[in-house]
Amino acid sequence: MLREGKIRIPSGCAVSGIINRKGQVFSGIDIVDSIANMRERSNGLGGGFAAYGIYPEYRDCYAMHIFYDDIKAKEDTDYYINRNFEVNLSERIPVRKVKVIENQPIIWRYFLSPIPRRIEDVGGDEDEFMAQFVMQINAMIEGAFVASSGKNMGAFKGVGYPEDIGEFYRLDEYKAYLWTAHGRFPTNTPGWWGGAHPFTLLDWSVVHNGEISSYDTNRRFVEMYDYKCTLQTDTEVIIYLFDLLLRKIGLSLEEAVSVVAAPFWEDLDDLGPLKSRQLRNLRILYASALLNGPFSIILASGNGLMALNDRIKLRPLVAAEKDECLYVASEEAAIRAVAKDLDRVWAPRGGEAVVGLLEGKSDLLSASSSGRKIAGKCSGS
Amino acid sequence: MAISLKLPEFLVVRDKERCIECQVCVNQCANEAHIWDQDLEQVVSNDVACVNCHRCVVYCPTRALRIEEWKQDFKKNANWDGISIKQTYLQAESGGTLLIGMGNDKAYPIYWDHLLLNASQVTNPSIDPLREPIELRTYLGRKPDLLKNPSAFREELPPQLQLEVPVMFSAMSFGSVSLNTHRSLAAAASELGIYWNAGEGGLHEDLFSYSPKTIVQVASGRFGINASMLKRAGGIEIKIGQGAKPGIGGHLPGEKVEEDVSRTRRIPYGSDAISPAPHHDIYSIEDLRQLIYSLKEATAYERVVGVKVAAVHNIAAIASGIARAGADIIVLDGFRGGTGAAPLRIRDNVGLPAEFALAAVDQRLREEGIRNEVSLVIAGGIRNSADIIKAIALGADAIYIGTAALIALGCHMCQKCYTGKCNWGIATQQPDLVRRVNPKIGRERLVNLVRSWEHEMKEMLGGMGINAIESLRGNRLMLRGVGLNAKELEILGIKAAGE
Repeated sequence: MLREGKIRIPSGCAVSGIINRKGQVFSGIDIVDSIANMRERSNGLGGGFAAYGIYPEYRDCYAMHIFYDDIKAKEDTDYYINRNFEVNLSERIPVRKVKVIENQPIIWRYFLSPIPRRIEDVGGDEDEFMAQFVMQINAMIEGAFVASSGKNMGAFKGVGYPEDIGEFYRLDEYKAYLWTAHGRFPTNTPGWWGGAHPFTLLDWSVVHNGEISSYDTNRRFVEMYDYKCTLQTDTEVIIYLFDLLLRKIGLSLEEAVSVVAAPFWEDLDDLGPLKSRQLRNLRILYASALLNGPFSIILASGNGLMALNDRIKLRPLVAAEKDECLYVASEEAAIRAVAKDLDRVWAPRGGEAVVGLLEGKSDLLSASSSGRKIAGKCSGS
Repeated sequence: MAISLKLPEFLVVRDKERCIECQVCVNQCANEAHIWDQDLEQVVSNDVACVNCHRCVVYCPTRALRIEEWKQDFKKNANWDGISIKQTYLQAESGGTLLIGMGNDKAYPIYWDHLLLNASQVTNPSIDPLREPIELRTYLGRKPDLLKNPSAFREELPPQLQLEVPVMFSAMSFGSVSLNTHRSLAAAASELGIYWNAGEGGLHEDLFSYSPKTIVQVASGRFGINASMLKRAGGIEIKIGQGAKPGIGGHLPGEKVEEDVSRTRRIPYGSDAISPAPHHDIYSIEDLRQLIYSLKEATAYERVVGVKVAAVHNIAAIASGIARAGADIIVLDGFRGGTGAAPLRIRDNVGLPAEFALAAVDQRLREEGIRNEVSLVIAGGIRNSADIIKAIALGADAIYIGTAALIALGCHMCQKCYTGKCNWGIATQQPDLVRRVNPKIGRERLVNLVRSWEHEMKEMLGGMGINAIESLRGNRLMLRGVGLNAKELEILGIKAAGE
């Protein structure tokens, strides 16, 4: 059976995300409880989490989480890492034995500082250097897969139900100001850990419920801009699209949203001539970046999160607020499971983004996420 | 004089019990295949003149007529079939090049028919066009480089052709087709919110009100073109080549250059209109760039300038050069594209299938990172809405139809356009024949055809879970190949059915 990347596998899913907008960190217990509440939406063939603010002591280093199939893959990768980075720490990611989690790869993490000369060699753009490095490892080295590589953040994912994955990775011991989670229901899968969500690049992460029917249009579009789609998954192409629009091209989040979930032509006329012209032009110029088909996604960075539905809302998405915390999830129950007495609960319309940014941040795009030290609890329960 | 070895192609079958000798067939047939014999007081057939255009069959009030192939077997020979033998007789008698009309009719593979579309089941809901909007609107024209001009969307974009359906009527000149054909195409395009192409030969003054939806062609003869015509038009197309006759010019005989044609083409009455094989000011790609920018200068950069080329072997590199020369639209005309007249050997043996040309060009422009900046239109052999959907999934922005539009107007594909005696009033300038196309009915039939395709396209898109046509463009995962070899699949950039 072919591994993900050789074949395209549609899946249904559950997503959840919590951010403390004041940047106070809280343990992974809530997010695990939230996603566990939607167990029916996954089938045990993929679960994962993204956590922001977890490595304050290494906040200036790239935290690279890598899956290795075997020691050969690790040795090959280490060779490239050592050529390009100063390695501040290299260790196994601590895990707990969980009975139902099996066939785990070698799971390693590194805290890395790029060698300046290597960045100069490729034009001096550190983000671009990192993005290309990660895509090359994933594309070139058989048996190695970079699960995450941003600063002060990490992805923890694998094959299993999300609550078991959380237990396995000891997420109760991590503290983050922003967590996202994913439970997967793939229609068939070889059970590969790299294929689980979230998918990440730099400090972006995406969890996604849906199936992008515009996949190949989007893939062939981003591939014109030096992205390598190695997984054939929607999440991968979604994150590359946002990275292209927000980081490489420099659109605002609002503009990027109006590209991927473009308004219908007939609705544009009601928006006034200037707004209408800009949205029409965006749609004309970025036609190949429209995400079509059913989806609800949570895009996160060190600055915050954004949740979005496709423009005709073919997948569920609920948002809620309680004090400085913003919750988004596939189902309201998943929010209420961890936060009582919500200030506000709503179902965003198709194509209407729910944005939760850290105080003081004006956009999702972050050069590097900054560490957060204030201890806090983000739960109404 | 020696006896002609030519045999009739068709046999006129007249049911004598049904025939009422009304002579409708005699009046309808410009080829004089039906003759009133005064002595016999009955209609007789001149089979050798029949082109099998069905005009008489359709108009016979008693259904007394049918046309059959003239069945005359030659001794079996897998190499020298009857057609080859008859063509040899014809050339031995005439000493001339064999002429033909319409597109390549040989049994080359039709790749559209080897492509199958996807549909949603379970993991992805299909979308019902009766309940949800499904958008077909398409913009053709140059798009700025997104990385170099990230804020381009805040300004006026370069000129774009807005199409409500990604279909346009392909270039057919006034001269090769009748004024009533032009009237029908122009009115239908305007009603549909699409564009029609007036071909080389200008735009008749009666049609100036339709000029915003008209693409005028600048071809090697430059007929009918001046600065005011360029400014008046909705778009401009430089015609380098044509799928039916790549590398060949055109020749409208003087007898077809009657008064209207002469005025519209801006050439003397009765003179031959000769379009040279190449543009004599374009012997290389940099010359094309000069013409593109001359036309843009002449229209103050307010008009889209496209370049149409025939699909030939090195088409990917050629198209890349055209994009870099500044064309806003590249039109690829496949080897099945129609024509009013072409040398038979050229039509049947030169060029490439549009499907391959499209796949190769789309892929090359992507590899070079410039696909987003230029629009890709294909022509040549599009028969129905499924062909269009497949073309867009392979990478086209829009398609041109020529033959299909003429069939909608009544063309019966007899391939005798070059004779000027089109009984359906399409490919003729003979006033009594021209009147046979009623422009009001013609418009209605064309609008019906495109609207029916529009419904079908929406159904197919909705089935794939796509509600905007741009999400299908280049979406080759929506296609699977059947009956194709590995190399063909590779060139088309698609997987085999079952993969």
